[in-house]
Amino acid sequence: MIRSLFFMILTGTGALLLSALFFHGHSLDRKMNDKRELVRILSLTDLALFSEARYTRHPSQADLFSAFQDFPGVFEHFPSGSLVMPTPIGMTRRIKIIKERQP
Amino acid sequence: MSRQLKILEHALSGLLRRKYKNLTLLIAYTFTVAALGSVLFLTQALKTEASESLTEAPELVVQKLAAGRHDLIPIAYAETIRILPGIEKVTPRVWGYYYDALVKANFTLVGFAEKPRDLELLEGRMPGAADECAVGSGVAGIFGAEIGDRLVLIDAHEQDQLYEITGRFKASSSLLTNDLILLQENALREFFSMDRNLATDIAVEVYNPLEVSIMAQKVRFHLPDTRPITRNEILHTYDTIFNWRSGMMLAIAVAALIAFCMLAWDKATGISAGEKREIGILKAIGWETADILTIKFWEGLAVSLSAFILGLITAWLHVFTLGAPGLTPILKGWSVIFPTFELAPAVDFYQLFVLAFLTIAPYLACTLIPAWKVAVSDPEQAMRS
Repeated sequence: MIRSLFFMILTGTGALLLSALFFHGHSLDRKMNDKRELVRILSLTDLALFSEARYTRHPSQADLFSAFQDFPGVFEHFPSGSLVMPTPIGMTRRIKIIKERQP
Repeated sequence: MSRQLKILEHALSGLLRRKYKNLTLLIAYTFTVAALGSVLFLTQALKTEASESLTEAPELVVQKLAAGRHDLIPIAYAETIRILPGIEKVTPRVWGYYYDALVKANFTLVGFAEKPRDLELLEGRMPGAADECAVGSGVAGIFGAEIGDRLVLIDAHEQDQLYEITGRFKASSSLLTNDLILLQENALREFFSMDRNLATDIAVEVYNPLEVSIMAQKVRFHLPDTRPITRNEILHTYDTIFNWRSGMMLAIAVAALIAFCMLAWDKATGISAGEKREIGILKAIGWETADILTIKFWEGLAVSLSAFILGLITAWLHVFTLGAPGLTPILKGWSVIFPTFELAPAVDFYQLFVLAFLTIAPYLACTLIPAWKVAVSDPEQAMRS
């Protein structure tokens, strides 16, 4: 029975350690109020995560398919472009086809 | 209980007999869970950071579109928006980008029009004059700049402009301010040679938060060449970037899951001759198929549960203690300045449950199914194999 008891103590300790890490994480001071104040005062809209291109630096403010607007048909060449999906915010225009004659 | 403990004892003895094989398996399994867990922790923490800090972003940002692209917006548009019923405040924003050819980095220049004030996340003070600036920790870090130094930028007329650094944003805010250079709005206009009647975009505050989308429609109706972006859409953007099906999750999770499937497949198809003989002997001395399956269940659970717990602890330490060095190259791409992560741990228990289900359940199945196949066969044949 020594092995099974040892295993259960070890697994229990691991689970306790993991729970302690989760609890510790939730109890940390995130300075979220200070960050919100900063965002409000500076009118920030995006995280400074991907600074390699303008449409990845401000994904929420970028035009849809900004990458392709730099040159018609250009391939996406920034690595973070593959992580950031284009968001069609405020794009509501649609193409209509009006048939000349009804069949 | 006592019976189960004895069966567990037997299962652990079996695992120890094949200790090198099982240790290798445990390491590979732990690594897979750690890789998946790291992506999970990092994306969840970034998502939480964005969703909690950007709740104070402008309720509505109005951009002008020209030829399908973002263009500078006339200040007169702000007046048109201001007179709409329900609008609380309209603020033209001046900001832009600056590429430095020496360090090959993009910086975000932000104009600040209000009276300078103290900020908890700013060391020093905000710029109070046209020749002063505050910088993000990434900017200060890349040039080795300190408060009191002068920052030289080349303006739109190719002239050197000197700005005294009066403030530096603290590292804890680097996810928001890492590449920022904060100037007074008029100074930034002169720097970009931007007409006084133009702005980059317009930030709008609305009295009733429930009316934001209606206001966006009204703005669009009165100013058809504009593109209103609501705060909810900004938050949704980050939710989309870091969700389960995002590029980031897919890039790593799919690779790790495929590796795990190969591991499980190898385990499922490769029950060794020794294991078959062991099952045959147990059957021959009177063990039931159910008992053998219980042993195999405990064997599988011991390996998968240990790997799962070890993997999650490793992932936690990797992301929240070490700053995710294994994942930042993917996020960083070709960015020269990249924020140092001081992420507040955030865990989605639903995602952890899914991760547990995706890793523990298939492994248990891959342990039980081949054992069951051998257990239901003739013991003599199993011993001879």
